[in-house]
Amino acid sequence: MSPSYQDLIAAAREVIPEVEPADVASRVASGDGPLIIDVRETAEWDQGHLPGAVHIPRGFLESRIGGTAPDSDQEILVSCASGQRSLLSAQTLHHMGFTNVTNLAGGFARWKQNNHPVEVPRILSAAQRSRYSRHILIPEVGEEGQMKLLDSKALLIGAGGLGSPAAYYLAAAGIGTIGLVDDDEVDESNLQRQIIHTTDRVGMNKGESAKQAIAALNPEVQVNVHPFRVNRDNVLDLVSQYDVIVDGADNFPTRYLLADASLMTKTPLVHASILRFEGHASVFNPYDGPCYRCLFPEPPPPDLAPSCGEAGVLGVLCGVMGNIQATEAIKVLLGIGDTLSGRLLIYDALGMTFTELKVRRDPDCPSCGPNADLQLRDYEAWCAGVGSHDHAGVSA
Amino acid sequence: MSTVKIPPVLRQAAGGERTVEAKGANVGEVLTALCEAHPAIGKQILTSDGELHKFVNVYVNDEDARLMQWTDTPVGDDDTLLILPAMAGGQ
Repeated sequence: MSPSYQDLIAAAREVIPEVEPADVASRVASGDGPLIIDVRETAEWDQGHLPGAVHIPRGFLESRIGGTAPDSDQEILVSCASGQRSLLSAQTLHHMGFTNVTNLAGGFARWKQNNHPVEVPRILSAAQRSRYSRHILIPEVGEEGQMKLLDSKALLIGAGGLGSPAAYYLAAAGIGTIGLVDDDEVDESNLQRQIIHTTDRVGMNKGESAKQAIAALNPEVQVNVHPFRVNRDNVLDLVSQYDVIVDGADNFPTRYLLADASLMTKTPLVHASILRFEGHASVFNPYDGPCYRCLFPEPPPPDLAPSCGEAGVLGVLCGVMGNIQATEAIKVLLGIGDTLSGRLLIYDALGMTFTELKVRRDPDCPSCGPNADLQLRDYEAWCAGVGSHDHAGVSA
Repeated sequence: MSTVKIPPVLRQAAGGERTVEAKGANVGEVLTALCEAHPAIGKQILTSDGELHKFVNVYVNDEDARLMQWTDTPVGDDDTLLILPAMAGGQ
């Protein structure tokens, strides 16, 4: 006769020792607990579990246990709701060669009745799980990473060529709060590249226009419109409300101002700049890698630094560079991968080449060096001053 | 001859070229040859004393020449020099 459920449970009890919740609780409290595997279904796990437990639903136990417990001699405690599924799971682990497996007597129900501490995981809603499912599938992101993004705040300087694609993709990625700093209005000549705006919003503040586009794409994102120019009076207040700065400014005074504010508030700065067919991108982590001034100690004079309005820019280039910025911002926020910190990426769309240059910390950097006297200055005057270099003869 | 990559803002001064070949055993010599061939570039990147402006970065392959031997940094035929002024555009 085939064994009944009761027979299976009885057989498992003969090989798997049970541990009382009070014993586990005291060991967990002293930091000496075993590896706890919770084999319940996701909906049960979401209601709460033992502190520090790892969730492997019973159906995935055999395939996933190796990744969690590579050592077969490791002490493992299995738990479920009442101690029955975990008992059978523990027996499975025993069959797989794990030598030190125990079962939580009475399961999570008894644990909770005895008022031992319970961890309730923060969870994504069903709608969020669906919307962000492709992120959640990536091991480096997962649910935890997605929740990090939902809690993150990104400040975009400029809702223009770089800011448009960056804001769109950061919003789609579920960055919880996006700040848009732009005092400009949407102009017809913007629409060749500033794809977050639309023809019927010409004349509207760019931040407001972008807010409408983001609301249509992902209404969950909080958009803060800052319809003014960032300056030395408002920059520190503004930047300190955010976790990362995405620099899409169109002038050097603002770029140097942001670079210094990034250092003063210790907020990472994701840089990109564009002209015609060429783009630059880098990441400046305050005091952990070079800063913008380590790379470019001084701005060039105006005739060597035309704006896109003066010299033109390929619309698509903005998409490439703005999305490189969005990518780097997400990596910075999640703390994953290798960012462009210490590297300048140069994209030449005409040659379709990506070139990388090494950027090192300048020990004499006037902004981040050990002897730097960092304070916000009149960046307009400073850029005009250092930018008024004499232009000279040929002899080198 | 080493290759000098010309940034977009200097291309007009280089006759529209994106890369220019120039002779020289070190960074200074290559830039001198470049500025002799294209005097308009010299007007943009050199001071009246013939020094490179501070706003001009020069890379030999992927390394900043300032952090090597600056204009004395040796340059071989297979090396690429990159002139890199900052760009401000973002809109």
